[in-house]
Amino acid sequence: MLGFIIQRFLQAIGVMAVMSLIVFCGVYAIGNPIDIVIPPEATQDLRDEVIRRLGLDRPLYEQYFIFLVNLLKGDLGRSFVYNIPVLELIGGRLPATLELVLISVVSASVIGVSLGIYAGYRPESWTAKTIMAASVLGFSVPSFWVGLILILTFAVNLGWLPAGGRGATIDIWGVAWSFPTLDGLSHIILPAINLALFKLAMMIRLARAGTREIMLTDTIKFARAAGLSEITILRQHLLKLISIPIITVFGLELGSTLAFAVVTETIFSWPGVGKLIIDSIAVLDRPVMVAYLILVAFLFVTINFVIDLIFALIDPRVRRGAAS
Amino acid sequence: MNRQSTPFTRFWNEFRENRIAVLALSIVVLLALLALFASFVSPQNPYDLANLSLMDSRRPPGFVGTGGYTHWLGTDPQGRDLLSAIFYGLRISIQIGLAAGFVSLSIGAALGILAAYIGGRVENLIMRLVDLQLSFPAILLALVIVALLGQGKVQLISALVAAQYAYFARTAYGAAKAERGKDYIEAAVATPLGSRLVILKHLLPNCTPPLIVVATVQIANSISLEATLSFLGLGLPVTEPSLGMLISNGFPYMMSGRYWISVYPGVALIILIVAINIVGDQVRDQFNPRLRR
Repeated sequence: MLGFIIQRFLQAIGVMAVMSLIVFCGVYAIGNPIDIVIPPEATQDLRDEVIRRLGLDRPLYEQYFIFLVNLLKGDLGRSFVYNIPVLELIGGRLPATLELVLISVVSASVIGVSLGIYAGYRPESWTAKTIMAASVLGFSVPSFWVGLILILTFAVNLGWLPAGGRGATIDIWGVAWSFPTLDGLSHIILPAINLALFKLAMMIRLARAGTREIMLTDTIKFARAAGLSEITILRQHLLKLISIPIITVFGLELGSTLAFAVVTETIFSWPGVGKLIIDSIAVLDRPVMVAYLILVAFLFVTINFVIDLIFALIDPRVRRGAAS
Repeated sequence: MNRQSTPFTRFWNEFRENRIAVLALSIVVLLALLALFASFVSPQNPYDLANLSLMDSRRPPGFVGTGGYTHWLGTDPQGRDLLSAIFYGLRISIQIGLAAGFVSLSIGAALGILAAYIGGRVENLIMRLVDLQLSFPAILLALVIVALLGQGKVQLISALVAAQYAYFARTAYGAAKAERGKDYIEAAVATPLGSRLVILKHLLPNCTPPLIVVATVQIANSISLEATLSFLGLGLPVTEPSLGMLISNGFPYMMSGRYWISVYPGVALIILIVAINIVGDQVRDQFNPRLRR
């Protein structure tokens, strides 16, 4: 078991090293931020001075090396535009995004798995067919479009919910959160629905496929023969058996939802990391772009690592297969 | 000629049984034709500035403009007839989707099949890279690439290809790996045929069905991804608006109730994407041996 953990851990570090190199080269190889940071009427001396201060005069490999050393020290550089440490900048925006992502993914999973199990349990019923048709729509319709329609319907036409922003926040341990206040909650509903719809469709399909497959197996037949009630069978046996693929997807979705939040945050002017990265791309604020990408890569690698660990705990076959 | 004989007629006969899929296919064909003949069917050339009048901007559906004809779907902020803009926008969206789809198909299939055929280090290197990329969300990748390369058709297509080729590579690899172990490939390798012939004549044809399925889905995906990027302001230049750009242009006016500028291009986009996906679903089911009767 320990060998397995160490092996996976080393793999994760290797992936992070490769990602940091790709991200760094990708972001630094193209585009010239100097034109954006320095006004065109600046003197040559001032230009040179700024270029030297930002470290842009050194060769690329040296810049990467400095970046890597600083990264290990937990220093991701300063934003060209805001001139504050990037980590501080992103850290300040992160709670807003995390709040949105967690609410979306958790509600999508709970609702999606329940609906999916129902659709798989009674596949021929009218309700199940409606659920599946709706899930196809959830997959196909681009999420920015759903966001627009949500705003048009609930904010412009009905006037029930606000169209953007974060609303009132409450400080808990020095971090501002929207969900504890009524105003904040009303601001979070539309973007959360927008972000959740795709995941909801995916969870429904996953749970339905698993349920249909497992309901035909001997496990369920024997459980029925033993006289267990249908509810007990669903809760005790089915849920346990379909949970492995669902946990994997849940973990991966947590990461990809973070990426999709870029779109949702732009539509609803949600002041999170996604909005920050779009704004940074527009002005070629390299340190912010690099830090964001490294952060997302780090999250993905960590999530994958944790999923592997959970697998090893649930399923002894994985453990043995990897060790040999 | 016996109609039942060719694989294509057999395929088509089975496809015909699903009425919804046939309907979806006819919608796709209709939209493609509208896009292809946009300059003949639209009442106005939306790119010709001489045709536009600011007097006509942001008019509701059914308004009769200075051109003397009815704007059935209203006009946009530049005074373009929305119906015409949608036809031209469809053309750009479909163009981009097809181009990105085919280039990613070629690159992805080549990488996947080579990895499976050669094996060893090459296989490891290619597939590790592909897996790494698959664990990263496509939208983020496309976003960063398009931000770095700048605006334009070629840049946009490259970003879409970079974000999507991995799906094709994965699929081609899976199929080719399974075929590689079969006796007929071993036999072909044992003959003095060159590797190129074995790959092109034997391996590739047997890997195509899953690739076709992924291609339909990915064309729909690239259309949707392009629309998303354009909506975020990272897509094509404003002079040639795709459907996503039209939606984006209308967004600021939606708050004041001028819904049509965003809504109608969006409806066109969704009909296109959903129809392609339904066709893709049917094709996938027909290629799936587990669902064979």
